[in-house]
Amino acid sequence: MIVAERLTKAFDGLKAVDNVSFEVKEGQTMILLGTSGCGKTTTLKMLNRLIESDSGRVWIQGKDIFSTKPEELRRNMGYVSQNNGLFPHLTVAENIAVVPGLLKWEKSKTRQRTESLLDQLNLPYRSYAHKYPDELSGGQKQRVALARALVSDPPLLLMDEPFGALDPLTRSAIHQEFRELPELQRKTVVMVTHDMAEAFELGDQIALMHQGTIRQLGTPEELMFRPASNFVKDFFQHQRYQLELKALKLKEIWPFLSDSQELITPTLQSEQSLWEAMEWLAEKKPAVVKNELTNSLKTLSLPILQTAYQQYKDQF
Amino acid sequence: MEQTLGQFMQQQAPKLWQQTLTHTGLTCMSLLLSVLVALPLGIFIARKPKAAGVVLGIAGILQTIPSIALLGFLIPLLGIGAIPAITALFLYALLPVIRNTFTGITGVDPAITESAWGLGMNSWQVLTQVEIPLALPVILAGIRTAAVINVGVAMRRYIAAGGLGEFIFGGISLNNTHMILAGAIPAALLALAFDVVLSFVQKLSSHRLRKAAWIIPAILLLSSSAYVIPSSQQKMLAGFTPEFMGREDGYLGLTSVYKLDIPTVVISDAVMYKAAFEQKIDVISGYSTDGRLKAYDLVTLTDDKGIFPPYYAAPVVRVEVLKTYPEVEPTLNLLAGKINDSVMTELNYRVDYRKQLPEQVAREFLQSQGLLKNQETSREGKIRLGSKIFGEQYILVHMYKLLLEGYTPLSVELKTGLGGTKICFDALTHGEIDLYPEYTGTGLLTILKASTAQQKQLGPNRDRVYAFVQKEFQKKYQLQWLSPIGFNNAYALMMRRSQAQAFGIHTISDLSTYVSNHHLQP
Ligand SMILES: Nc1ncnc2c1ncn2[C@@H]1O[C@H](COP(=O)(O)OP(=O)(O)OP(=O)(O)O)[C@@H](O)[C@H]1O
Ligand SMILES: [Mg+2]
Repeated sequence: MIVAERLTKAFDGLKAVDNVSFEVKEGQTMILLGTSGCGKTTTLKMLNRLIESDSGRVWIQGKDIFSTKPEELRRNMGYVSQNNGLFPHLTVAENIAVVPGLLKWEKSKTRQRTESLLDQLNLPYRSYAHKYPDELSGGQKQRVALARALVSDPPLLLMDEPFGALDPLTRSAIHQEFRELPELQRKTVVMVTHDMAEAFELGDQIALMHQGTIRQLGTPEELMFRPASNFVKDFFQHQRYQLELKALKLKEIWPFLSDSQELITPTLQSEQSLWEAMEWLAEKKPAVVKNELTNSLKTLSLPILQTAYQQYKDQF
Repeated sequence: MEQTLGQFMQQQAPKLWQQTLTHTGLTCMSLLLSVLVALPLGIFIARKPKAAGVVLGIAGILQTIPSIALLGFLIPLLGIGAIPAITALFLYALLPVIRNTFTGITGVDPAITESAWGLGMNSWQVLTQVEIPLALPVILAGIRTAAVINVGVAMRRYIAAGGLGEFIFGGISLNNTHMILAGAIPAALLALAFDVVLSFVQKLSSHRLRKAAWIIPAILLLSSSAYVIPSSQQKMLAGFTPEFMGREDGYLGLTSVYKLDIPTVVISDAVMYKAAFEQKIDVISGYSTDGRLKAYDLVTLTDDKGIFPPYYAAPVVRVEVLKTYPEVEPTLNLLAGKINDSVMTELNYRVDYRKQLPEQVAREFLQSQGLLKNQETSREGKIRLGSKIFGEQYILVHMYKLLLEGYTPLSVELKTGLGGTKICFDALTHGEIDLYPEYTGTGLLTILKASTAQQKQLGPNRDRVYAFVQKEFQKKYQLQWLSPIGFNNAYALMMRRSQAQAFGIHTISDLSTYVSNHHLQP
């Protein structure tokens, strides 16, 4: 879907991004993760040419991005900038209608689409469409910015710390919504964050950046359990336990779980993380996990989970 | 009987209304033009910050030029009337609008413009849909500043452009408080109205502002039309000073007695003669002995129906001073009858046009008359001479100074440049000066405020007017008129010599006939 090759950008002779290459497959979410100033935003903006790279190439759906006009290119990808970038002089509905306006959609079509998006995002059209951004909470603004980026149903979405301004609680609530949004299931997403937990919750792939280069590119599990260098290992050190729970999916510890004898309907999927399973168990509900592939069932409790996790780790 | 301000304003209502409209139109039109220019310019420098310093610098310098200097510079280029006035106002309004457009646009949060680019807007869309709407409150603040500046500048004595300044400055020179107030009050209200309306629009929340913003150009455009530029191609055009316009022995008399119906613009005395010379206007209201008459080769038209009262110059002295220093009167009277119109014109010409020092001109004249005498004595007693602020008065007081120093032991102090009649006369009655040269006509009309009936009765007769003011001044103010110097610096209509000859115009009646035959009503 999107292929970046040897992207490089220097500001005043200092390389902000140095030789960065990656590929994101259709429908996948890739996270650019790293400390402040490591070149995440610069990398992201080179994809929609808000920053022109010094060298390197990018193909989106097989097409070289330098072969189209920047405006055309950008209209075909959603962009949520750092701190939302909503237009303060336009209402929610008008903000969302910007791209349809550029694409010369009919008014009725824009309105229909806006209504359905806002409803999906839990912002009923009736009560929110005519509000201005400064009348919304941080989380609501974020959702409007997302709706604005999604309105033309672009196959690719670029987001720069979209949840950066939110408090931790709102943030994890919005993560949940974000993952479950039907609208997003099919999209290819490149998202910037410096929040490790967020990266692990949302990313299929994580590119860990440092001083302009990608130190490791892989799944959350790979980063946690097969770090490419001591740098990568150290980077996650102080949040290791939490991140491991988020990185690991139940299917990974499948061999260490015992089969379920009870015939009750499953409450968890093997695709879910240990973290999610733990949240579930914390509410003292019976837990039975189903593996879609093998069609097998396993029972789960906090001690079982703990042991299986330990056994899994002992492999390395 | 004294008129109240209310009565005056009521009486002048149509003209007052007209001038308020003109004033509004003048302000709005120049404002509209400067917005049309300054907005794109401000946008341009916001996009190209390297040019910002230069553009803002130039606009800033323009604003520091005093209006009179700016007009003096524009008139040779643009002629007189509405165009240079609007141009000057336009130039003054540029800076605030350019500067605020620039700061407004560069002040838009870069994160917001960036997200506009990121959504796929092109440069024009970013500008019109995001930057301008967000910069609008700041831009409007600039327009508001410009509007208030313009109402104020338009008040200054404008060259043939009309406006409330005509009342104000006419009032100052005619010593008429009602007239000053009748101009100043609407002008102040106008400035206030502009400020209130624009600040209201500016304070609308940015959301509603966006919807209301189009109203501004609409209002400006509409109000501009209140000011219709007087068009005067081919026809003869008259240019009269504001004080001439308001007087029975001026424009009013011309229309009532001579039935003169000529397209007229109001113009400052400072540029009137030159404008006539440059054929921007054809007929002007000047003073008979003005040096510029000679400089610009103008001729005076005979006042064949006698509407202009005589303006014979004579020293006016406090009676008290004459008693203390009896030698003053005979000394000053040495000059009586010595200077006729053409001599005075010549002397004025040397001062106003050849830029010779009044003192030198006075000295040379007295020498040629054999009146100059040098006396080296110890000085005893002091006498203070005042003068209004123009060349002829300077020459006269210098002559008096030389005479007093030559023929009496008094020491003489000069207090020249006391502005207009009101300031000079007040200084004299308050004992701040002892004497100054005054004109019989001014004494009659401006100081004594003679009624129309009295004026009719006295007519243009020199001796009757002199006797009247002499008697009244003594009675009312304890001031003594000494013998007239000889010349009559009365109002006169003037034309270019060449044109007057070509059209065979010698008298004001000739002019009136010519105009009514050649100016067809539309
Ligand atoms: N327009 C610019 N001019 C000069 N230097 C820049 C510019 N933009 C970014 N940089 C520099 O490039 C480096 C990378 O910046 P970038 O914005 O990509 O960092 P980031 O990873 O997004 O950081 P953050 O998490 O703080 O947003 C930084 O050192 C920054 O100072
Ligand atoms: Mg960044």
